[in-house]
Amino acid sequence: MRRLGYQAAAVAVALIVVGYLAHNASVNLEARRIASGFAFLEREAGFEISESPFLRYGASNTYLSALLVGIGNTLRVAAIGIAAATLLGAAVGLFRLSKNFLLRTLAGGYVEFIRNSPLLVQLFFWYAVITEALPMPREALEPLRGVFLTNRGLYFPAPGSVPALEGFNFAGGFVLTPEFTALLLGLTVYTAAFIAEIVRAGVLAVGRGQWDAALAIGLTRGQALRRVVVPQALRVMVPPMASQYLNITKNSSLAVAIGYPDLVSIANTAINQTGQAIEGVAIIMAVYLTISLSISALMNWYNARIARR
Amino acid sequence: MKWLRASLFSDPLTSAVTLVLVVLLWKILPPFIDWAFIDAVWRPDARACHEASGACWGFIAEKHRFILFGTYPFEQHWRPAAATVLLVFLWGFSFVRAFWRWWLALVWLAGLTSIGVLMWGGVLGLPHVESGRWGGLILTLLLASFGIALAFPLSILLALGRRSDLPVIRALCVGYIELIRGVPLISVLFMASVMLPLFLPSGLTMDKLLRAQIALILFAAAYFAEVVRGGLQAIPKSQYEMADALGLTYFQRTLYVVLPQALRIAVPPLVNTCIGFFKDTSLVLIIGLFDLLTTVKVSLTDPRWAGFGIEAYLFAAAVYFVFCFAMSLYSRRLEAGR
Repeated sequence: MRRLGYQAAAVAVALIVVGYLAHNASVNLEARRIASGFAFLEREAGFEISESPFLRYGASNTYLSALLVGIGNTLRVAAIGIAAATLLGAAVGLFRLSKNFLLRTLAGGYVEFIRNSPLLVQLFFWYAVITEALPMPREALEPLRGVFLTNRGLYFPAPGSVPALEGFNFAGGFVLTPEFTALLLGLTVYTAAFIAEIVRAGVLAVGRGQWDAALAIGLTRGQALRRVVVPQALRVMVPPMASQYLNITKNSSLAVAIGYPDLVSIANTAINQTGQAIEGVAIIMAVYLTISLSISALMNWYNARIARR
Repeated sequence: MKWLRASLFSDPLTSAVTLVLVVLLWKILPPFIDWAFIDAVWRPDARACHEASGACWGFIAEKHRFILFGTYPFEQHWRPAAATVLLVFLWGFSFVRAFWRWWLALVWLAGLTSIGVLMWGGVLGLPHVESGRWGGLILTLLLASFGIALAFPLSILLALGRRSDLPVIRALCVGYIELIRGVPLISVLFMASVMLPLFLPSGLTMDKLLRAQIALILFAAAYFAEVVRGGLQAIPKSQYEMADALGLTYFQRTLYVVLPQALRIAVPPLVNTCIGFFKDTSLVLIIGLFDLLTTVKVSLTDPRWAGFGIEAYLFAAAVYFVFCFAMSLYSRRLEAGR
């Protein structure tokens, strides 16, 4: 009976709080003449988006298509970031375990410095490096033939299209904008430092005896790593890696600070234009929750698969 | 010599890696040292900075008052400076395990009250300064300190709720924790900055700083709760059974048996979570609060000093690093059992 009483009280408090807030919101929205609901998604957005690699988008398209472009941009930077951070992080984590003093120390310094400063500072730093340290298009750096590094973006040759200087900027080829490059670089370098620690802990969690046994039966160090240590280390590593992948996806929302048009920055523009704050924030949260749950489900499935082997 | 051999040239592969690294460092380090020190400009002279090929640390020299104290009235800067020192001292004091007693809460109460008096003024002959003019380092430290101090008790309730055997309470706590952990901090901050005003009764307005602080507390509590839950799970079942055998009620058992042990286990990982949270406070820049990172960014909009972003953000990173690194050393010492 007491148990039931506590729970009923908790539900009642939760309902009263939510009801009170909802009441205030409806009064306030009426006073400001904002129609609540998602009807605004069908209206014309009226703003341009600087990059949209997947969908054709123009200012006359709807808010819905603008948000879809944002989701595409979020997923693009998160997916590439996850792959790049995994590679870099795995390398740095193994370097930290190297016999070579110099390699070990440099990798350790990297992890220590990157993990102890905010990602947002690092994003601004990379953005400043690209826009301040790289030359203008007319004096572009050309480290490889056809590849041009400028403060307006990085240009690469694509099949059937080579970047060429036209007026004040390059045209043609495949371009990485300064915003995308800074965001990707920032997310990768930052998250790799955390992944490196996971990889290091994962390898250390495999007992010394496993190494010795693998070497004793005549495997080389490389074979021992691939066939004996990594499969066992993976089991320890998968859950924390999953949360780092989630972090990359969530942290990609910092794009709004350097002007990369991800979901959050487009939803933010929509909120400012329409005043539909509740709907805008609800959309952001719903999309991220969906992505988070999908990544968790995927990693749980993978975890179950490797645990069975 | 022997050390060199063992740690740098033990076999052909190791030697090759060493050589490659030495060549790389040889290519990178001298130009970097030239840029950062030898060709750098240290005095606050914008023209010399633009002409020099090295770094412009003069930018920091010129703007340091604004970066550290924001738009706080210039002749009153000693007040945020004193508040910063006091706050750092409070944290340092709390790091000592021997001081983890109930009176530590009183020390914090007294410390935070003095900081409030220093910052707001209006009494003791100090001119009043509204919170909209607070900025720089002290704002970052205050957001982090109040965030940690208030999220911590909330997180204990959430963690206990998540482990409760009352299904409704458990569901509410799990729902809250997973919802907050599933969305980015920036969406919670947006909620506080653009949505919260809609949820208040009409006529009532809330300070922007306070709204951001509430969002940070609600966000941190979900993450802290998971760490506290880890501590709770580490306690052997026999402890619960013994407490029950002694006839303790739920509250007695939790307060005197479970929590003291669980929190002791949870402290080192909590310090690590605090490092992450401290770094995350920089996101208030996006909703327009004047924290340390915002003052750095705003300094760069001065047309005479445009184009020194690399120096400015290296400086910002260094300031954050000092605090985060101190916390991580502390957490490592705790993990090693002091």
